[in-house]
Amino acid sequence: MKCFIGIDLGSTTTKAVIVDEDGQALGHGITNSRSNYDTASRVAQMEASISTRLTLFRQRLDAIPELKGKITGLLDDLERYFRLELFLEQLDDLHQTCLKSARDLSIFGGGADLSEALEEIFQQLNKTLESLFAPGAARKSDFFRDLAGSAYMHVGEEVATQMGLSFETLLNIYDKSIIEVENRPPAHNLDEKFMNALDRVLKQTDISGDLMRKPIQSALEEEIEACYIVGTGYGRVRLPFPKEHIRSEILCHGLGAHLMYPNTRTVLDIGGQDTKGIQVDESGIVANFQMNDRCAAGCGRYLGYIADEMNMGLHELGPMAMKSTRSVRINSTCTVFAGAELRDRLALGEKREDIVAGLHRAIILRAMSIISRSGGVSNEFTFTGGVAKNEAAVKELRKLVVENYGDVKINIDPESIYTGALGAAEFARRSGTGSKVH
Amino acid sequence: MNTEVIKESSMLMQKEMIARNYDALTSTQENGRKVASTFVPGNLNELIMCFDMLNNLPEINAIQNGMRKKSGAMIMDAERHGHSEDVCTYVKADIGQMSKGNIAPNGKPMPPPDLLLLSYTGCFTFMKWFELLRHEYGCETVMLQVPYTGDGIITDNMRDYVVKQLKEEVIPAMERISGVKFDIDRLRENLRRSAAAEDNLVWVLESAKNVRSPIDAYFGGVYYIGPIFTAFRGTQEAVDYYRVLRGEIEQRIEQNLGPITPEGDMPEEKYRLVVEGPPNWTHFREFWKMFYEEGAVVVSSTYTKVGGVYDLGFRHDPERPLESLAEYCLGCYTNRNLPNRVEMLTDYIEDFQADGLLINSIKSCNSFSAGQLMMMQEVEKRTGKPAAFIETDLVDPRYFSAANVKNRLESYFQMIEQKRSQSSAA
Repeated sequence: MKCFIGIDLGSTTTKAVIVDEDGQALGHGITNSRSNYDTASRVAQMEASISTRLTLFRQRLDAIPELKGKITGLLDDLERYFRLELFLEQLDDLHQTCLKSARDLSIFGGGADLSEALEEIFQQLNKTLESLFAPGAARKSDFFRDLAGSAYMHVGEEVATQMGLSFETLLNIYDKSIIEVENRPPAHNLDEKFMNALDRVLKQTDISGDLMRKPIQSALEEEIEACYIVGTGYGRVRLPFPKEHIRSEILCHGLGAHLMYPNTRTVLDIGGQDTKGIQVDESGIVANFQMNDRCAAGCGRYLGYIADEMNMGLHELGPMAMKSTRSVRINSTCTVFAGAELRDRLALGEKREDIVAGLHRAIILRAMSIISRSGGVSNEFTFTGGVAKNEAAVKELRKLVVENYGDVKINIDPESIYTGALGAAEFARRSGTGSKVH
Repeated sequence: MNTEVIKESSMLMQKEMIARNYDALTSTQENGRKVASTFVPGNLNELIMCFDMLNNLPEINAIQNGMRKKSGAMIMDAERHGHSEDVCTYVKADIGQMSKGNIAPNGKPMPPPDLLLLSYTGCFTFMKWFELLRHEYGCETVMLQVPYTGDGIITDNMRDYVVKQLKEEVIPAMERISGVKFDIDRLRENLRRSAAAEDNLVWVLESAKNVRSPIDAYFGGVYYIGPIFTAFRGTQEAVDYYRVLRGEIEQRIEQNLGPITPEGDMPEEKYRLVVEGPPNWTHFREFWKMFYEEGAVVVSSTYTKVGGVYDLGFRHDPERPLESLAEYCLGCYTNRNLPNRVEMLTDYIEDFQADGLLINSIKSCNSFSAGQLMMMQEVEKRTGKPAAFIETDLVDPRYFSAANVKNRLESYFQMIEQKRSQSSAA
């Protein structure tokens, strides 16, 4: 089948969306940008094609009356086992790479043989990490680096203490190896992994194997033919595409938001290092835009620094801010001063949740000023970007939009992080099918 | 960026003129000439010439230092001496230059000025700048008060007020300092030459009305205004320069060539823009490249009017010497009120058949930047053409984010493209 791909290379994450000839989204994928856009772009595309396969599976299975009501559960299990295989393969790669790094280290005078310690660590990692893919288990992140990294820290420290080794050396080995592993081309044999995963699914159900095997096999055989790719986002210049395959992220976000919510006239996107206020017309064409200047004050990265300062995960900030009972006014959204502002407030005896709530409000206030410079909020308002996933930011935004512009409909899609990639995919479809832009 | 830069003979001529002026400035001990430091807006060069004085423009020094990548260190130096990050970067580059031995771009030390001639009070910072210089040099300072044309017109009162100051303060001070007696006929001669050069400059700027413009009226334009905005207006050199320049542009039109860029002739004209605001000087080439690489030509700009809005008809007039100098000071671009500026921009977009307006808003120049957002929205409304806003600085390299500027420019160009295909489909 003919497909069209949009890739959004953001400063923090890289996203890909695949659409079919009618513009229907088939799949999407995300990965961390890891300062290597080539790999990030490949991984995001691979993730999007996995997600496309799952969509195709569902389409095939939907046609089988015997499976009615069971498909979602079956596919969830299938994906879980598939991801586990992928994960274990990457973990094994990490294991081997760490051993190699350890050997290099000892050749260059590192001393102690660390392979025994690494064997111990990875044995434990295999055991603990497998549980992340158990039914209903929640994962704190979808990225291999985050999952393997935090477990390695934890297990590594214990092993180092037990064996009387330097934890720092083990950490160095990990740091060196993870970069290599992350940047290795995406794994092969995805079809085989899907079939292995299917075997495991079938083992735990009484559904006849033939009922599922054939449609899944046929979905895997369906060729996904990428006819046209459009890239956008900060890393777009890194893409090996000719110029006409590269679009501005502002146009992509405008169009993406229009596709998700056709009545959208104003879009706010808060990404890792920029905040954009975009006005679009009834066809999704950008009429005006404003964005922050060279300084990333008040963008997603700012929350990242705050999380680091507080020794917390980025995704924990929103829920913490929601617990706030008292409003604290934060004046500076300067990323450089973020740590100082935070410590200053803590020293004054303010509660962490109140300070964090104040920080969220400060970010949104800054975004509101960018929106008003772009022409304000009219009709439907769509909020996109990584920060749109943060409930505390959304809460402040709703409040400020109502205060300033009255009762406007606000759209926030759980998949809003893919807005730019979706717009890019639609541009790809229009170019690839020769359909007029409008 | 190390590719060989293509230069036309007018450019080489200008380069020589600038070098000669810096050489004269840095040889006052030998040539015995007196130095007046002054500003581009309201620059009274014809008058300065009447007293055999040399014209030194600190703004131009800052630009030169910016383009030679020296301003960053100078600004940091000024900041170390306590000047805030938010102060005009021309001022800090100048202060930094002084603290680093006041070396002129030719590598020789600049003499202290004999006169600080503040020619324009529309910029509040200019006044404070010269107060700082007065404190440093302790030399004679004349502050010519130029009323702001808040209602959009130059009244007789305003003109008379400036003429009175020229007669009673500026000219006597110059006579006193230079020891040369004022000769109004000499001034008339200078003004006659000014007007001749101005005619050709306007012709050159208007040549961008050709669709397939032979010039870039912003990045190229800043070179074209060089002589007339600085120490050469009223000289025979400037008359010659503009004659040669006009000849070059006439040839370009004949040969159907687009604007010249540092990398040669621009092959294609995809977008025609009007630009408001000064350029960034520290990354001038990189900034320009973002335009010509995409086929964007600036067909008209307001920055090329800061030292005189000649295209709207003003000429220095030998028959009304002091009056026309007064009108010149009053009519500079930034001395015009916001409705006037909106009107100019709207007319430019229509007369030059531009695709839209781009504003380069300067971080440290409030006298240019205040009001630009309103101007942009108003011009958009009146012309129906898309506008965009970018932010950089004059000579502080820290305020130039290439990725950010490029992102906005590319978005803007693609926005124009989209609007075009939308209207062609309609």
